[in-house]
Amino acid sequence: MANTTHTLSTKWGIVAEFESAAAIYHAAEKTTAQGYTRVDSHTPFPVHGIEKALRHGPSGLGWIVVCCGLTGIVLAQLMMWWMNAVDYPIWVSGKEPYAWPPTIPITFECMVLLSAFGAVFGMFGLNRLPRFHHPIFHHSTIHRVSDDRFFLSIEATDPKFDSLQTARFLESLGGKHVEIVEDK
Amino acid sequence: MTAIQVDPIGPRVVDEPENPLRRAPLVEGKNDFASVTNLIARVAEQKTPRGWYLMFGISIALLANLGAMIGYLVFTGVGVWGNNVPVAWGWPIVNFVFWIGIGHAGTLISAILFLFRQKWRTSINRASEAMTIFAVMAAGIFPAIHVGRIWVIYWVFPLPNQMSMWPNFKSPLVWDVFAVSTYFTVSALFWFVGLVPDLATFRDRAAKAGRNVAARIYGVFAMGWHGSNRHWLHYEKAYMILAALSTPLVLSVHSIVSFDFAISIVPGWHTTIFPPYFVAGAIFSGFGMVLTLMIPARKWLGLHELVTLNHLDNIAKILLLTGTMVGYAYATEFFIAWYSQVDYEQFAFMNRAFGPYWWAYWIMVTCNVVSPQFFWFRSLRRNPTVLFVISIFVNIGMWFERFVIVCTSLHRDFLPSSWGYFTPTLIDILTYAGTFGLFFTFFLLFCRFLPILAISEVKGVMPEASPHFVHHGHAGGQAGGHGAGPGAPTHHTH
Repeated sequence: MANTTHTLSTKWGIVAEFESAAAIYHAAEKTTAQGYTRVDSHTPFPVHGIEKALRHGPSGLGWIVVCCGLTGIVLAQLMMWWMNAVDYPIWVSGKEPYAWPPTIPITFECMVLLSAFGAVFGMFGLNRLPRFHHPIFHHSTIHRVSDDRFFLSIEATDPKFDSLQTARFLESLGGKHVEIVEDK
Repeated sequence: MTAIQVDPIGPRVVDEPENPLRRAPLVEGKNDFASVTNLIARVAEQKTPRGWYLMFGISIALLANLGAMIGYLVFTGVGVWGNNVPVAWGWPIVNFVFWIGIGHAGTLISAILFLFRQKWRTSINRASEAMTIFAVMAAGIFPAIHVGRIWVIYWVFPLPNQMSMWPNFKSPLVWDVFAVSTYFTVSALFWFVGLVPDLATFRDRAAKAGRNVAARIYGVFAMGWHGSNRHWLHYEKAYMILAALSTPLVLSVHSIVSFDFAISIVPGWHTTIFPPYFVAGAIFSGFGMVLTLMIPARKWLGLHELVTLNHLDNIAKILLLTGTMVGYAYATEFFIAWYSQVDYEQFAFMNRAFGPYWWAYWIMVTCNVVSPQFFWFRSLRRNPTVLFVISIFVNIGMWFERFVIVCTSLHRDFLPSSWGYFTPTLIDILTYAGTFGLFFTFFLLFCRFLPILAISEVKGVMPEASPHFVHHGHAGGQAGGHGAGPGAPTHHTH
């Protein structure tokens, strides 16, 4: 069925290589100014400010973390109250089985733990990672994305996408290795 | 958008004198992005040096010794240690606090210095975070094995058990269980998140060099990272949130460790100064260990252009600050003992300094308060040999601080009939030595197989990482952004 798979492959997008953070930043600015919307950059480190050039919205991760943190607080309080005051009340030195001051340290730790889970797993979830196969890995020089090169991708689903025009446009911005990447 | 003028990358000299009007470069030498990748990846890609095998052999022998000591302890009982009434908390708790304190510097560097935008942290944060994780592992062993019946250690967690009882959540020892296990988990997650982009670097390099097995293994842990900006947005948010969570976490962990002592009514322990005093001491000891590890590492692994003398200088300043804070805490304890006019409190402190353990107390003061004072001198702060020697003193001093707190407060109970003198047994000493085996075994494996410096973060603080970087020496600049043009920093020699 190998041939069938091959014929089913569709264009994922066009990827171009740039040599510096400044170059990718200005290329991103011009690309979005041209009306492209499904644009992304691929860089060895976060290029600060490029999200504005690419018109990417802010991350909503904070909301996930807030929910997780509040869950941690509630669960910790319920646990300590139920275990020490309801299920098996422990009287030590005549102190109340449940009182809020001694619950603060554990409540705090549970809040931090669940928030951290929310931050890490939420981040991977929002990023749809792990994903070991991605069309962009078919680009011929993409291995340098983790070294010293900067890539701009325009996806084929972009309304303004046109194999010829878009490729020519990226070349005019100074992009090298402008390649159509297949989704196979 | 106006272009920001940044320092030229060309004529940098290694260890140039610091001009106070100008930030010292964070990466020295004529390095660009590719050479930074090479410098760091080379450490893991080169043929294993013979010295590594030697050190690994010693470490793993010590680790085996740890296993043997724990086995002997479990099969015989805690009587094999020197702990006995009145000093029921002997070396195991001393060593626990020692190791957990070491871990704190890693979190301080990765979280607190990040929130304060201290960019110099990038070249030491990865190794320090690894140090944190391995130190917390070494620390966690002691409370686990000192309970005696290690097979019911799960009673410390709120899990159903055969007694149908739950932990007493009013006990600081239970708080400690939550604090240390949360600390370990969050530190490990933070470390892994930081590693992901660098593991992608290792994956791509291994794949290019045809090392397919390595590429697969690194690839699995890199999770398919390809540096997408949408990914970086969530990633940086997660990093910032983790830093913001870890900052109060690290302060809480050693505060809660200090509650193990301070919530009791033992004179010498029952003081409100303990949480800040413990946290300052923890950071002090941790930075001592960072220097002990990084000075040989930068020399042997050729990382002196990334871990520069300016970095060591900064660490020395933190040692000076925290060492002096610890000294201030020692003085305050004495003042408050006098000021309180409580006989037991006064006796505890006089006994600490002039009683049978006077030698331990003065070793502690010499190492922790006196030795960092050398760092008032710039030339000594920038001398790796001096730094290394003093870092060893700091490690010794901080171990003795915990020994002094645990043993001198307990060994003379309220009644002279129950006075005693704690002496460690050979098993105590070998177990403690064994935890160094555990620590160094993991640290050496880390140096051998993982990116020892945060590659993507170091690149991110280089001047040419700014999207508004203008390369000097090319009239008119290249703000137009023709990456392929001669203005690109990496093609300076064209």
